Amino acid sequence: MAATPPLKPIHPTEPATGIVPALTVRDLSISFGKNKVLKNVSIDIAAKSVTAIIGPSGCGKSTFLRALNRLHELTPEARMEGDIRLFGDDIYARNVEPVLVRRRVGMVFQKSNPFPTMSIAENVTVGLRLNGVHDKKTLAERTEQSLTMAALWDEVKDRLNAPAISLSGGQQQRLCIARALAVKPNVLLMDEPASALDPLATAKIEELIVDLKKEYTIVIVTHNMQQAARSSDFAAFFYLGELVEFGTTTKIFTNPVQKRTEDYVTGRFG
Amino acid sequence: MQSLTFVCALLVVLPLVMVFYHLLREGFSSLNWNFFTQLPKAVGEKGGGMANAIVGTFILLIQAALLGVPVGVLGGIYLSEYGGTKLNWWIRFAADILNGVPSITWGIVVYALMVIPMHGSSALAGGVVLGMMMIPLVMRTTEEVLQLVPAGYREAAYALGIAKWKTIVKIVLRTAMKGIVTGVLLALARVAGETAPLLFTALGNLGWTHHLTEPIAAIPLQIFNYAISPYDDWHRQAWAGAFVLLMLVLAVNVGVRFLTRDRLAKPNSRTL
Repeated sequence: MAATPPLKPIHPTEPATGIVPALTVRDLSISFGKNKVLKNVSIDIAAKSVTAIIGPSGCGKSTFLRALNRLHELTPEARMEGDIRLFGDDIYARNVEPVLVRRRVGMVFQKSNPFPTMSIAENVTVGLRLNGVHDKKTLAERTEQSLTMAALWDEVKDRLNAPAISLSGGQQQRLCIARALAVKPNVLLMDEPASALDPLATAKIEELIVDLKKEYTIVIVTHNMQQAARSSDFAAFFYLGELVEFGTTTKIFTNPVQKRTEDYVTGRFG
Repeated sequence: MQSLTFVCALLVVLPLVMVFYHLLREGFSSLNWNFFTQLPKAVGEKGGGMANAIVGTFILLIQAALLGVPVGVLGGIYLSEYGGTKLNWWIRFAADILNGVPSITWGIVVYALMVIPMHGSSALAGGVVLGMMMIPLVMRTTEEVLQLVPAGYREAAYALGIAKWKTIVKIVLRTAMKGIVTGVLLALARVAGETAPLLFTALGNLGWTHHLTEPIAAIPLQIFNYAISPYDDWHRQAWAGAFVLLMLVLAVNVGVRFLTRDRLAKPNSRTL
């Protein structure tokens, strides 16, 4: 799998039955100035499943994630080559606004970042309100839905107007997930969403990820091998900007083809 | 070594203490109700007050804020959120130089730009000169405060598909609002005591100003005129004026302290 021929359809080594790719990435290369951080990555991300992106620090996995919602474009000097399609739509087409891509591809960050000037409810609905949805009933409904999906509703339903940063770290991260879900994206990107949380809060987020894949396509970057093994269906191992191996999580963790993958998942390097 | 630094540190505080002592002794005793409610009396008559100068200072500050706050804040937003690095370097450089320009120079500039073409000193010219002085001050503090807003908030907003300008207005500015208000208040306090630029522009007025094209009184101008006069009663009024001005500036500074302390204690408070 190391040298995937360009532009050919590719599949995980053990494709699950009936997979629809939510994202098809072909020959994706990204450089910042002279620094090439991603090299010819091609991958199919299956819909309604969890795909874990693993690899040592600096392997390009966060950049890969940020290319999926064009957030890497915020970095000056970023240059991208290749082709990414979201359910068939070219998200880098000339007439496509990044803003529209990001409404379909939500993101949760490593450090929880609820807006400090807003209440819990306001944080959930901010993506809707600032995009023109003002109907109170819709907003209230979407608040409850999103918070329920993020497994936070029961904890906060009595204090929706409290400041968001009065919540605990784990709750704040779930609030950020609810905020991302409220705009009803197709895909949810998660950049080490639990790395700053304690084990209990981490367990909650992991449970949540497994729950969410019933409705969403999830791509998660993680440094935590157990987390990848527990909560993902597919795993992609990145090393030095290249996609080394991609397959079902079981295969990657128990019977990888590449030596480097095996060394990494067994903790021998990285 | 330590004692030397201590003495130097004390020397910094000493003038403040002395100014305070004198103003309290001379100024406070000259204060009375008439000072706030009456116009200056003619030469030789006792009594009278600075009602017109107090109102004048507020009118000048309102005009200055109307000019300095929008231009300064928008300029600061440009520096922090939009501009390219090279252009920004030049704008910052220019703003820093402008912040160091002697205030009398501002007076001469506005004298040439407004007072001569309009054939006379005016409240308007006084407001413009103070406003122009506020612009670089407000711009730089706004930029600094916006830079303190963590990039994570901007990214979170972009990741929700929120447009850049909405992110700036509804998220970044709202998060930095207290810092911006603080910067504006400090800039106002700074220009409130300016005298030299007003000599060229607002000129001063012993009565009420009924139109912005007429000269207007201001506390620092009145202090200047009274202090250089030969009359004891006017000297006392000058002390009282200086006391009121200092209290005004002090009130703003204490208010700012209160604001910033509040921000640290309750980063979640939503108003302002």
